[in-house]
Amino acid sequence: MSPADSAAPPLVVAEDLARYFDVSSPWLERLIGREPRRRLRAVDQASFAIPRGRTLALVGESGCGKSTVARLVTGLYRPSRGRVLFDGVDVTAARGAAGAAVRRRMQMIFQDPYASLNPRWRVGDIVAEPARVQAVVRGRAQCQALVAELLQQVGLHPDDARKYPHQFSGGQRQRISIARALSSAPQFLVCDEPTSALDVSVQAQVLNLLADLQTRLGLTCLFISHNLAVVEYVADDIGVMYLGRIVEFGPRDAVLSRPAHPYTRLLLDAVPDLAMTGRARTPVGGEVPNPIDPPAGCAFHPRCPWADARCRAEPPALWVDGRGRVVACHAVQEGRLG
Amino acid sequence: MTAAVLEVRGLTVEFATRRGVVRAVEDLSLTIGEGEVLGVVGESGAGKSLTGTAVLGLLEPPARIGAGEIWLGGERIDHLPPARLRRLRGRHMGAIFQDPLTALDPLFTVGDQLEETIRAHLPASRAEARARAVALLAETGVPAPERRMDQYPHQLSGGLRQRVVIALALCAEPRLVIADEPTTALDVSTQAQIIALLKRITRAHGTAVMLVTHDMGVIAETADRVAVLYAGRVVESGPVRQVLHAPRHPYTAGLMASIPRLGAVGARLAQIDGAMPRPGALPPGCAFHPRCPKAMQRCREERPPAVADAASQVACWLAIAPAEMTARAGEGHARDGAIQALGSVPP
Repeated sequence: MSPADSAAPPLVVAEDLARYFDVSSPWLERLIGREPRRRLRAVDQASFAIPRGRTLALVGESGCGKSTVARLVTGLYRPSRGRVLFDGVDVTAARGAAGAAVRRRMQMIFQDPYASLNPRWRVGDIVAEPARVQAVVRGRAQCQALVAELLQQVGLHPDDARKYPHQFSGGQRQRISIARALSSAPQFLVCDEPTSALDVSVQAQVLNLLADLQTRLGLTCLFISHNLAVVEYVADDIGVMYLGRIVEFGPRDAVLSRPAHPYTRLLLDAVPDLAMTGRARTPVGGEVPNPIDPPAGCAFHPRCPWADARCRAEPPALWVDGRGRVVACHAVQEGRLG
Repeated sequence: MTAAVLEVRGLTVEFATRRGVVRAVEDLSLTIGEGEVLGVVGESGAGKSLTGTAVLGLLEPPARIGAGEIWLGGERIDHLPPARLRRLRGRHMGAIFQDPLTALDPLFTVGDQLEETIRAHLPASRAEARARAVALLAETGVPAPERRMDQYPHQLSGGLRQRVVIALALCAEPRLVIADEPTTALDVSTQAQIIALLKRITRAHGTAVMLVTHDMGVIAETADRVAVLYAGRVVESGPVRQVLHAPRHPYTAGLMASIPRLGAVGARLAQIDGAMPRPGALPPGCAFHPRCPKAMQRCREERPPAVADAASQVACWLAIAPAEMTARAGEGHARDGAIQALGSVPP
């Protein structure tokens, strides 16, 4: 979607991705209570492209579907509709050797460094696992050399390979996660809230490390976060999600300095004012509705100060405005909102 | 400072472990005046929640108060028997916790919980309690309060639940509210609403608030004064504007610099290397010295005492002995040995 990099084809392309979850009651209960089946649209109509060496950040509040997108892109979930192309290969259709080849080139870093490392494994084994599974290295000596190199790369000591995860702090564990993700030499890294479980001083260490590694290794990233300030720091492009849909998409500076969608404006307004300029946060009423039963029309209309009859009836489609912003909003498209 | 609602003097919270006594909070002092919001900020493990828990008298063994005094409105409360403390809690001290779902009883309606709390502390009939409960819900911005009274916590959204918890904490018009990470479990847009509410409502009632959080943004928007905790001690405290904009302790300065903020594109985040030491494994001297860019010999050997001037307090050798500062640390500062020289004037 960013026309700037038309020369090389983007590494990752998502086409009309959708993922529904069946959240119906057990069938007997449905039968007795005469309830219909219920579907949760976690992600709907998500399309984006990530050019090589760049970072796309998806932001949104809890339940907006951003983590589901991460899992769809890496093939951890199968999409209900649409497809993901990785370097031209359909991730969901690739099986066997082709599937393994695609998966070797993408890795994921998870939010909780306490839950994503096996407490019974030594750090060396944890870090080496992707390399071993993908047969990137052969033999013990080669494996140990790789682990030592990776640990050094993330700012740990090669001797740490003999320790267990509980001997490390949260930030160090996240470094171990990063080392593990890098061990199969991926080109594409999916980071799902990698710093939101960390303290700020440690968050800065991990963000700086990720930025360094991306430059050094030329990684392409999908970065999932709820924190706009963090996103501004890491992203080239930003997609804002609300209730399973991308409502605004564009280059970082355009989205953050000239937000179009009312929801993006709300999110920016809600960032706490550290400079203490006395700016009052505009208190926007309401909360994210239940995704099982989303509002009709534009999902944001109950909280939107610019909503009118059309917004309540007709869901807006993504629309490219003259200034390169991609936005799904009737008010913006009709010129009711600058 | 005479009208202090809460005064904590030299509080030490310790754990008796098999390997000896571990001090998680040490020699901590703070005061909160009427209608004042004191932010207690620090990273996980700094001892900020333990401090709040100790004030509420809710420490559970093996944690215990090892030393110090806690005064609430002129009454010493740290050595009161449990029955007496129970009467104080709810009546004179309210508590707001991080997760509203665990703070509310899932088996009782919102109305039941509010009415029970009101009647436990105030002489009120059922009807009066209900009327007061509805009024409180309305005041905390719960839409259609009459209807919400008969709903169960699971029927409410996260933001509404936290409003109910705030209403519960304020039921008996306590003098002090301890809010432990009240917005951490909420989404950003809801967070802004809850902060505004907490500020408005405590100001209107003249309630003193101890706001425990790791989020400097919340502190900046809510607190009047702030105390920064590191490894169980207050390293710096003072008016919020001064501490956030002209921090005197290198830890506060590092913490502020490491927060990503909007509009600072391209800049690399400042980072504090290393991690906070665990209680029980504190380094000798100043606990921050292994991570401190300005550490000097004295910091490694001797623990800096807290030095107070009119409104603020800092525990750092740099603030005490500027003459011994390394050349790197002394850039641009007057070195006349006076403490005031280091307390740069806030813009």
